[in-house]
Amino acid sequence: MENQFKIVIRDFEVYYGSAMALKGLNLSIRPSQIFAVLGPARSGKTTLLKSLNRLTDLIFGANHRGQIFIDGQEIYGENVSLPELRRRVGMVFDLPTALPMSIFENIAYGPRLKGIAGRTRLGEIVEASLTAAVLWDEVKDRLHSSALRLSGGQQQRLCIARMLALEPEILMLDEPCSGLDPISTASIERSLMSLKEKYTILLVPHNIQQASRVADRVGFFLGGELIEEGPSEEIFTRPRMKKTEDYISGRFG
Amino acid sequence: MKISRHFTQEIARVVIGVAAFSTLAVMFWILYQVLREGLPLLHLSFFVEPPREMGRAGGISSTIIGTLALTVVAIVIATPLGVGTAIFLREYTRESRISRVIRFGTDCLAGVPSIIFGLFGFVFFVIFLGMGWSILSGGLTLAAMILPTIICTAEEAIKSIPYSFREVSYGLGGTRWQTIRRVVLPNAFPGILTGVLLGVGRSVGETAAVILTAGSSFLMPDSIFSPIRTMAVHFYILAREGISMEMAYATGAGLIILILIINTVANWLLFRYVHRG
Amino acid sequence: MALSSISVLALIAFFIFEEGLPLMWKVGLQSFLLGDRWFPSKGSFGIFPMIVGSFWVTLGALVVGVPLGLACAIFLCELTSPKVGMVLRPMIQLLAAIPSVIYGFWGLIVLVPLIRNHLGGPGLSILAGSFVLGIMILPTIISISEDSLRALPRIYKEGALSLGATHWQTIWRVLLPAARSGIVASIILGMGRALGETMAMIMILGNAAQMPHSILNSARTLTTNIGIEMGYASGDHRAALFATGVVLFFIIMGLNSLALVISRKGRA
Repeated sequence: MENQFKIVIRDFEVYYGSAMALKGLNLSIRPSQIFAVLGPARSGKTTLLKSLNRLTDLIFGANHRGQIFIDGQEIYGENVSLPELRRRVGMVFDLPTALPMSIFENIAYGPRLKGIAGRTRLGEIVEASLTAAVLWDEVKDRLHSSALRLSGGQQQRLCIARMLALEPEILMLDEPCSGLDPISTASIERSLMSLKEKYTILLVPHNIQQASRVADRVGFFLGGELIEEGPSEEIFTRPRMKKTEDYISGRFG
Repeated sequence: MKISRHFTQEIARVVIGVAAFSTLAVMFWILYQVLREGLPLLHLSFFVEPPREMGRAGGISSTIIGTLALTVVAIVIATPLGVGTAIFLREYTRESRISRVIRFGTDCLAGVPSIIFGLFGFVFFVIFLGMGWSILSGGLTLAAMILPTIICTAEEAIKSIPYSFREVSYGLGGTRWQTIRRVVLPNAFPGILTGVLLGVGRSVGETAAVILTAGSSFLMPDSIFSPIRTMAVHFYILAREGISMEMAYATGAGLIILILIINTVANWLLFRYVHRG
Repeated sequence: MALSSISVLALIAFFIFEEGLPLMWKVGLQSFLLGDRWFPSKGSFGIFPMIVGSFWVTLGALVVGVPLGLACAIFLCELTSPKVGMVLRPMIQLLAAIPSVIYGFWGLIVLVPLIRNHLGGPGLSILAGSFVLGIMILPTIISISEDSLRALPRIYKEGALSLGATHWQTIWRVLLPAARSGIVASIILGMGRALGETMAMIMILGNAAQMPHSILNSARTLTTNIGIEMGYASGDHRAALFATGVVLFFIIMGLNSLALVISRKGRA
């Protein structure tokens, strides 16, 4: 029964010190879909994403309860390789964070960490990733110039390409279009739609409209709890919980 | 009659201005004095010949080698130790008892006067470890002296690297050491280099600790175990023993020029690094 | 590897104490610290003249360095444009990097004859030492005091000015007192630096191991005592020099800790 789900989250909770960030979470996510993590600020969305690749481990004072299974394997179990997990579960943050290196080196960074070193091989990976992120045409002539000179939208697509270079299975994007102009936003949304065949995608949308445009399923979070979850059409037109309805119709958040 | 506030203000302005100006003037006068007499005496032969007749004639080539050797030993030892400590403090621990102890030790070490380092170097390296008056003893002592400087600047440099860089590296599957080696250190490099240059400057000018640990032989050294004289020590001996004022001026001028170069490079690096960040 | 700094410190303390303490015990703490006869060849090891010498020279250095240093700090922080500051500050740092032997040399060539010809005495004197030492500690006092002044919230200055105070009144009555802890810390650190200075003092103090009676007298400090005689001392004599080092170590450690405590308190 669990085989049809890529990610299974069971009774999961996260604390920062004594403050609870995620409460009693039970959620299953199917592969080859875009799952939108919706909700106002401080509802635990980023915490959820960072728990899936255990970046929360880096935060001092963070601890958790419960379990998360990816492909049936418990990611908080013993003998789990963190670098391996983070390569399988890639993440793009809300602010474009290009490393202070050339475009080529930014994309090649992940593969190099894994041990891939040949110039030709790396070149192939870089081209493939940039193409998948719809950035190749714009930068193919200046691969060795500094990534910091790219515009915000280009840098964000760079970050997506960087993530794709490791051939992950799950993609997580935390408000990837915040601060970007409508054209960049549209191109990123387009790439996400084309990527969802191969990957499982978790997206924290910038606003409700974005979620309704791209998401297959939606989970509504409030104050660290999952209020409601279902196909996006249902959530947006016939939500079951009052809180969900209030949020969607703009009464708060 | 009450003195008006504005009058007081103007007086204060003038007094302060004069004080500041005269302070700087005296400081530059000091440099000028030595350079004026010494610069004309600096020709190529001065740098290439060793001292003769106890320093009354010849040049300072052996002291240049001495200064160089001592500085190299000090840097080679202090830099890995210092940068390692800084990495430990910033990447491997949080504010804890261990980090407080290390910081306390570093702060204290920074305040120890050079003559005490000299005494220590003498009893520990020269006598206890049997290295004798040598480049090795002197270099190790100087390494201890510049260690706090390197730790401090390295830590500042590492601290200034944004957390987001590290988060990206970990997120892409990097281990702690990979993140340090590929992201933190390369970006902290200019800051660390500045600290190293400051250490070099200190080593070049240090006299008390050097005399007590590296000796004062002005002959060319054969090995790391030979005693040597640095430029600063040579300058001191010439001046104090009254051997030759001419030679003293020349050596002093050479010393000042060297320090000027080192400091200018360090400042340029700092400017460029701060400008970039 | 990271414990290197604390272990070096421990090593230093250990060895210096190991060499020096036995002699202090042998001669007796009181007669070592308060005895005013230093005749190593006769076994007489009283370092009181050196303590007094250190005291006077340091005091003199503060008299010279503090007012001038504060003036420069105020000048840099309040009275000039940032551009001028950007040029002057590296210059002051440069002056801090000049080796002490150069300062000593200048003192020897210029100041000592000046004093000898116009004020009498051998010229190699506490007066000369104080002046040169005062100049040497200027960069310390200037940079730390200026940092403290700069760190003050702008509201202090703006508030005072908007209440009608003149610029100088603001500086004198509001800013300086507010930066007090940083300034005091800089003075204490300057004191520590002055007490630890050796080479320049050897060159211009004259090295008479006797109680000085006026600032025109020659004298020795704790540091010069070690520096001059270490080259040829042996046995008990050498141990006495280490013992002098022990005393110096304590005084300077005490001062530096004091400065740290004061500057931390001020920041909180």
